[in-house]
Order: sequence, then C-alpha cells, then structure tokens
Amino acid sequence: MNVPLKAIGQPVSRVDGPDKVQGHARYAAEFDQPDLMHAAMVLSTIPSGTITAIETKAARSAPGVHAVITHENAPRLPYAPMAKRPQVDAQGGDQLKVFQDPTIRFNGQPVAVVVAETLEQAVHAADLVRVSYEHADGHTTFDRARGRAPSRGNEKAGRPADTEIGDADAALKSAAVSIDANYVQAREHHNAIEPHATIAAWDGDHLTLHDKTQWPDNDRDEIAHVFGIKKENIHVVSPFVGGAFGSALRTWPHVTVAALAARVVQRPVRLELTRRQCYTSIGFRPHTEQRVALGAAADGTLTAIVQEAFGQTATYEEYAETTLDPARNTYACPNVRTRYRLIEMNTNSPCPMRSPGVATGMLALETAMDELAVALRMDPLELRLKNYADRDQHKNLPWSSKELRACYRVAAERFGWSERTPEPRSMRRNGHLIGYGMATAVYPSHRAKASAAATLLRDGTALIRTAGSDMGPGTYTSMTQVAAETLGLPVERVRIELGDTDMPYAPVHGGSITMASVGTAVQAACQALLDDLAGVVKASPDPRLAAFKAGTPEWRDGGLAGPGGVISFAELMEGLGFDRITAEGQSAPGNESKTHSSAAFGAVFAEVEVDPDFGTVRVPRIVGAYDIGRVVNPKTARSQCVGGMVQGVGMALLEQAEWDERFGRPMNGNLAEYVVPVCADIRSLDVTFVPGEDTIFNPLGVKGVAELGLSGVSAAIGNAVYHATGRRVREFPILPERLLMG
Amino acid sequence: MNRFDYVRPSSVSEAVAAGAEPGSAFLAAGTNLLDLMKGGIARPTRLVDVGRIPGLDAIETLPDGGVRIGALVRNADLAYHQEFARRFPMVAEALLSGASAQLRNAATTGGNLLQRTRCPYFYDTASACNKREPGAGCDALAGENRQHAVLGWSEACIATNPSDFAVPLAALDAVVEIEGRGGRREVPLTDFHRLPGDTPQIETVLAPGELIVAVRLSADAAAFAGHARYLKVRERTSYAFAVVSAAAALRIADGRIEAARLALGGVALKPWRAREAEAALAGASPGFESFQEAAALALAEARPSGDNAYKIELARRVIARALTLAAAGTPERLPALPGSPFASGGSLHD
Repeated sequence: MNVPLKAIGQPVSRVDGPDKVQGHARYAAEFDQPDLMHAAMVLSTIPSGTITAIETKAARSAPGVHAVITHENAPRLPYAPMAKRPQVDAQGGDQLKVFQDPTIRFNGQPVAVVVAETLEQAVHAADLVRVSYEHADGHTTFDRARGRAPSRGNEKAGRPADTEIGDADAALKSAAVSIDANYVQAREHHNAIEPHATIAAWDGDHLTLHDKTQWPDNDRDEIAHVFGIKKENIHVVSPFVGGAFGSALRTWPHVTVAALAARVVQRPVRLELTRRQCYTSIGFRPHTEQRVALGAAADGTLTAIVQEAFGQTATYEEYAETTLDPARNTYACPNVRTRYRLIEMNTNSPCPMRSPGVATGMLALETAMDELAVALRMDPLELRLKNYADRDQHKNLPWSSKELRACYRVAAERFGWSERTPEPRSMRRNGHLIGYGMATAVYPSHRAKASAAATLLRDGTALIRTAGSDMGPGTYTSMTQVAAETLGLPVERVRIELGDTDMPYAPVHGGSITMASVGTAVQAACQALLDDLAGVVKASPDPRLAAFKAGTPEWRDGGLAGPGGVISFAELMEGLGFDRITAEGQSAPGNESKTHSSAAFGAVFAEVEVDPDFGTVRVPRIVGAYDIGRVVNPKTARSQCVGGMVQGVGMALLEQAEWDERFGRPMNGNLAEYVVPVCADIRSLDVTFVPGEDTIFNPLGVKGVAELGLSGVSAAIGNAVYHATGRRVREFPILPERLLMG
Repeated sequence: MNRFDYVRPSSVSEAVAAGAEPGSAFLAAGTNLLDLMKGGIARPTRLVDVGRIPGLDAIETLPDGGVRIGALVRNADLAYHQEFARRFPMVAEALLSGASAQLRNAATTGGNLLQRTRCPYFYDTASACNKREPGAGCDALAGENRQHAVLGWSEACIATNPSDFAVPLAALDAVVEIEGRGGRREVPLTDFHRLPGDTPQIETVLAPGELIVAVRLSADAAAFAGHARYLKVRERTSYAFAVVSAAAALRIADGRIEAARLALGGVALKPWRAREAEAALAGASPGFESFQEAAALALAEARPSGDNAYKIELARRVIARALTLAAAGTPERLPALPGSPFASGGSLHD
C-alpha cells in the first residue's frame, strides 16, 4: 500500500504557470512550421439562400496567393457516415459540410478560403472575393409559434420534449400561493481569450493538426470522418488551450477548412479565426425564453413546478440543452411538468457554454423561486430549505452525496444574510439602493471512460500522459497532485503531458467530468505502475532488493519501504537496470449511476448596489459555498468558482449578442461592444468548500466544479436587484434601460 | 486590409504636404485607425506617420494663463500632468474614464478627437453605412440602435461620437489649432466635429491634409476648476464607451451661479454643448430645481433614433447629477475610477 504524501488537498500553484507567464507554453496557432502558409476565410453575408456566383479572379492573382477554395473547386469530402454523432455535437440534423454545396444556411457561413504566403496577403485577397447570392426566405426571428419538440436523438440524449410527474397544472390551480412568469436569456458568446486556431500539415496521407480543442481524440475522429481516412493517420496536438468554456468541445468546420486548404496547397496551413469570426464560426449559448409557474402551500411547501423552455437552434443541425434538468430534481415537489421546444433559426449552431442548459434553467427557476418567496412573504433561503430534495425525485434515486444544507448555512453566515431586511428598497448606502439576493447552484456530476499512462523514469521521477486537454482550469496541476499522492512522490518529481492523440485515450474536457474521469484513470495508472514495480522487485535476483520482497509493498517517501529504510525509486530503477517502466490505467463509470444520482451543489449570495437614477447595477460582493466532493486543489478549485461568479455577473448584467433580425447576425462581434465584466466590475468574491467526499461516485471522491461555479450566480444577482429596487427584470441581462424604463 | 505605403515625415509642413495626397491618412498611435484598417473599414493607400514629429508633444502654459496641449501629447500624460489636472480637472477626469490604461498610454490628443464612431454598422462591412460608403444607406436606423444618437442625428446617420476627452473640451470652449498647406488656422472645438446631415462621411472641418497640431484651453476655462466634474454612465465600470456622459462646470459666487458650462457625450455625433441650459443656470442658485430645469432644456430637442428613448431620460438625470457633483466642489483627488458614482463604504441602512 502507499502512504499518502497528502498532495491531494494542497493549494499547489499551477505547475504550468511559469511556462505560461514566460511564453513557453505553446498554443495551437504558435507551432510554426517550415513553409507554413496562412489562410483567411470569406464568410457569407446573408442568412439564407444560394450562392449564384463567386468571383475569385482578383483574389487568385493577388500577391502571394496560392489557392482560393470555394464550393466550386473544393475537393469533394466524403463526410463518411457515422453510427452516432459524438456527444459534443448536435444530436439531430446534419452537420455543416464546408464548401460542398452553394447553399447558405446562416450569416457568417464559410464560403471561401484564401491561402497565401503571409497572413496579410491572405486577408487582403479574401477581401477581393465577390460573392453573389440568391436570397431565400429564412428564419431570423425568435418566434415561439414555431417551437417544435426535439427530435429522437435529443430525446435520447436527455433533452425530452415533455415530462411530468403528478399533475402540475391542477396542483398549480389549487395552490394556496402561486406565481407564473416568463424569462428571457440572451444569446451569449464564449469569448475565450485565445481565438480558435488550427495548423494543419499533411505528410502523404498522414495529417498533423495543432488545434485548439477540448477533446483531441474527438478532433481526430471528426476529421477522419470528414476526410474518410483512418484515424490512425491523424495526429492531434493541443497541449495548451487559452480558455474555451465549451466552444472547443466539438470540432468546428474551420478545422476542416484548414485541413482542406493544406491538402490543396500541399503545404502546412495556419487558420486563425478573427474575434468577429468567433461569433459565427463556432457556437454560442442559445437565446432561451422560459415560463416558470410555481405553486405552494401557505407554509411554502412546493406543490407544483411547471417550467417550459424555448431554445434557439440552427436549421441544419439540432442542438438542444438540458435547460429543464434543474426543474425536475432541484426541489422536492410532487407535481412537476416540463416542456421543451426548439426554434429553428438561420444561425450557426449553438453549443454548450459553461454550465450549458443548467445555467439557463437555473436562472429562470431560481428567479421564480425568489418571486414565490416574495408572494409567500417568506425568506428566500427558508423557502429553499423547506423544499430540500433529499433524493433525486426525477430519477427516483438517492444522491451519492449532497451537502447542500451545509452550503446554505455556510454561505448565509459568511454573507451576513441575517442582516437583510426583507422589504424591497429598504437598504441603502451612500445614496444607492442595496439588495441582497441568493440562489441555489447545482450541476449534475458525470464521468466517462478514460485512460492514462504512468511511467517511472531512471532518475526516480514520474511522467504521466493522457490525451485529455487542459483548457485552463488547472488540469496539469491537479493531475500532478493525484499522481504524486498515489506514487508517494513530491509534486516536483511528477511531470504531466496532455493534449496529444499519441497518448492514452481521454474523454472530452468539459462538463466538469475531468477529475472524476481522467483523475481516476491517472490514479489507476499510478497504482498499476506500483503493482508492476512490486512484481518486478519480487522477481529480481538483485540481492540488494531481497529485503523489500516480504509482505505487502509499502510505498512512501519517494520509494519502497523495507526493514532497513526506504529504497528510493531511482535506486530501485538502477538496481533493476531499468530506464523506464510504464503502466496504463483505465477508469470508467460503474454501477453507481444506476444506484445513485450524482451532482455538485452550492449556494450563492450576492449584494448589489443600484444607482436609483441611472439604473446601473454593480456587484460589491458574491459569497458562494460549494459541495464539490473532495477538493483536489483548493486554489485552482477556488479559481473555477471565482471565474464562474465573474461570468455570472456578465450573464446577469452585461452580456448579450445584439442580433439584427434583418440579417441574422450578431452586430456587436468584438470585445469592445460585447461587454464582459472587467476587473473594475469585480470586488469581493468569497468561496468556501464545505467538507465532503463522494466515493460512491468515484474512487477519488471528487465531483465537478467548473459548471457549478456559474450555476445560480446570475439569478442571485437578479434577485438582489429586485430586493434593491422592487423592480423585477425578467429579461437578462439586466441593462440600465430595463431598470430605468421597464 | 489593403496594401498601403508608409511615410514618416519629420516636420509638420512635410506631413501636411504628404497628407494632402489622395488616399492618405495620418497615423499617430493608431489605436483606432489600425483596427479599422484590419477590419477593412478604413482603406488608406498611404499612411503618413506623424507620431514622431518633434515639437508636438508639449503641455505649455501660455502667457495669458491658458494651456496649449500638443497634438501628440498622450492621453495618460495629460491626465496625470499635475498642473493641468489641477486647473482642468474635468478634462483629466474625462481622459481617465476613457478606454484602458494601455490605450491611454498610447492614444494622442489629436487622435482622440479624430476617433471614429463605434456604431456596429460602421464596423460591419456587410452592412450599409453612409459614413463608410456614402449613399449606401444606414442599416443602424432600423437595426440594433439602443446606443445611438438622440440629438442632432439625421436619417443618413444616427451614430455617436465616442470621445470622452472632447466633451469637457467642448464645454470649456477649447480651440483646435490646425495646420494645412495654406497655413495655420483655429477652430473652436464645438465647431470642429460636424453633425451628420446628408454627409455623415465628412466628420470634421479638416480639409484633406490638414493636421491638428494642438488644442488650447483659455484661462477662462481654468476659472471653473473649483466646480467641475465629468460624469460617465456606462454598462460596465471601466473600458466601455459612454451610454451618456456629461461635463458640468460652474463658477459660483455668493451662493449664485455666475457662469455654467455643460456638454454631453454619447448622445450625438459630436460632443453636445448645451448652451440654453448654461444660460438658464447663469444667475440661478445651485440646486436640484435649477439643475433639473437645465437638464430639461439640454434635452429639449432630443428625440429617439430607435430603441434609445431611455437615453433621453438618462441624459437628464446624468446632467442633474453632474451639476450636483460640480456644485459640491471638485474633489481634492480624482476618484480612482473617475466618473463612477459607485463609491463604497458607509452604513447599510441610512
């Protein structure tokens, strides 16, 4: 057995931090290659129609240009049939097939790519391409009347059209107290700091992709499918990702464009999206409109939950979200009805953005809970406690762990919730209206099949490799800690390599599944390595090792303990005459998902200051307490929650695509006009993790954290705005004019 | 982006000669122009880099007590110039409320006055924009226009001028010194920018080749230093253009307003001087009533150009608050976040 060094649970600073701040960490666009060429895309400027002519002569004869590829001259791509779309893709409809036909499905669709010696030449020539269109009727308005049920693929993927337990509408009618309201959540864009970029290089029929991706293995599968080549012929390298928030889960059409361009010019090609292109060439959080009706007995016991959501989706592909998951199991209630409808629009496909579906569903549900508390004249926290869900009533399973009561208590105490006077507009400071609001946070915990390789090197250090990605949360660091603890090594003697399809398979780096999935695989690989090593020691004829053969091996202090002390890994390796010894480990979900429901929980409290004349809202502090199971690294986990709070400020108050319905295009596609929070918007953010381990869910006892950090934040802020002003803004973000004029 | 030539004249006269050539554009820090070129919005065929011309980066006190700011003085250098900030606090406050620290370190006095609108239809080359392409039409008019102009707009253009700096300059009767091939001339800042009318592509009174060499403020402007504030309302606390801003300055003696200066930002294609409001304030006693009246007068001609009726009411409130703050006296130290009315501290239930 090994004796833990207690690497897990320590606030280890990012092991990749020095490389990142010194510029040594290389991102997708930075892998310079000999003979590298540059690509610039031309995007459609209408939302629906057909290309009637595409004039490329001027572009082709511009300096430095090697190719202009359009649907007229692009190689036909097989897009080989797939038994099932990967889970990160839309689960209905057909994916966009680049340059394969003249049909325009959305504004901002790639219609040509120019490949040139320099980026400037490519951009200039792209500017010279002239496209003529025949316009066709399309759908650029969010029209609820067109709402339709999700197709079977999405139903099967947990996005059902209709669910009901009990009789929610009848219960609503007969409820002592009820509320019924509509909520709007704006289309949001990920806006990760690193733009999406791909460098594609062919060597015969072998392709190397340096790509921004949250899932290197799927990047490989997708491009293999598009080009109809064996996945073994594709090598994806993606060691660092500069933030993604879900935008790099799936492999977008521009990756195909880069690979296609490289094949045409037979040179490596680099394609980087501009910030503006990031608003249409990748996905976004869909505009969603919801109705929530809640009924309760006079004492606050919920008797009815009705939540209906209309989500925006593309016409060619059907992306759907788990918007209504929270309605079904966040609170105990005998009568729950949900209804989910999709509205097809001529837009690029939406995709998961941090806490996908759940953040949107929670925004409506938790605002509605606040409205119900007001109607009941009940403290909003008390209302939540009154309806605490001791089981997952939708799955009819017990929780594998749930410390939400502790979250409520700890966060309320740290926030000073008891100082709140319940009347709206009753708290003021320096001429500003002060409001306190709170919300529940929840995100389901999942895990997926994963593998890792652990290698002990001759110098006694360990190398861990897995194909998974680290888009920024600190996976390099947390995996180092898991390996160090399992091997009994200090973290300085463990190195992690990630983001390469030559490494053992890893699942998508998203949905907050990484620690429960890849983390347990790393743990298993390290354990397997120790077991292998013990076997080799037992079999070794080396007399120096004789003393270490008896009984169960005890690994500690960077080596193997024996009667005379510890023999270090380095000495062991030398004694065995090994340069390296490697073992693989796998992990996969077991029976636990059939016996239990797993989720991470939290409670979020926010204070707002509202200028009563201007309607401007600022957020002096947010306090959150979270149950994420065992905390591997409190420093990086805290950063996740802090990041979620910041993003929640954006969702509540600032962020929205300004969608022009005439053109089907977001107009504010840049970071000056698409307003995200800046440092000056953020003051005190307080994060606490309540004690807990979930060893039913997985052997490490961890749950997820990233998605949870956003869940509930925007509702807490909106509820605080109501408390400050007495005005309930149900259209998010809460812009000054909505408070001023609403 | 198109191909372009690049020249770097070493004197104002060389620059003026080079700038008069067709297709030329002056380049100073490039904080706006280079973005516009990369986006295909501006397509100069020749950049005339005036950024290193000697003699244009001084802040000089003039014999009459005024100040002359060289066109290449960086926004940050001006804002943090102690003597300047003491005498023209409203200008420093406006400068510090603009852009980001990095941009302020680069952006110049002349360049700030020439920054282009942030109208998204101007930036989106697939949209119709009379400013970008005269006669093309204005897609903003029936589009996403919650941030657009409520004063002085025309059917041809409803964009706004994004400069913070220009607003107090307009209020304080700053003068722009311009050099062209015909020599030097001076234009009051309030006449420097043009309203759109039928020719929104012509944004200032500068003729081709004319170069801003300095901006002057008079000693009269400094007489407002005791009661002068720039108040900017924006969606986020920093690094955002004004939804509405106001530069308000008062001269108060014996409890009466002797003179008032008021200009608005974010409401029109130029910094909007509110002379009727100033006239009404002169002689009035400072207080909520006179400030409200002034605010109403300043917005008397306002009308929404789209989904922006709220800006009219917001502008009235911003004026009343800015005048209230100005009347209370210019603070000893500028707040860390100038223009932010969101000071913390104090008790919870006051």
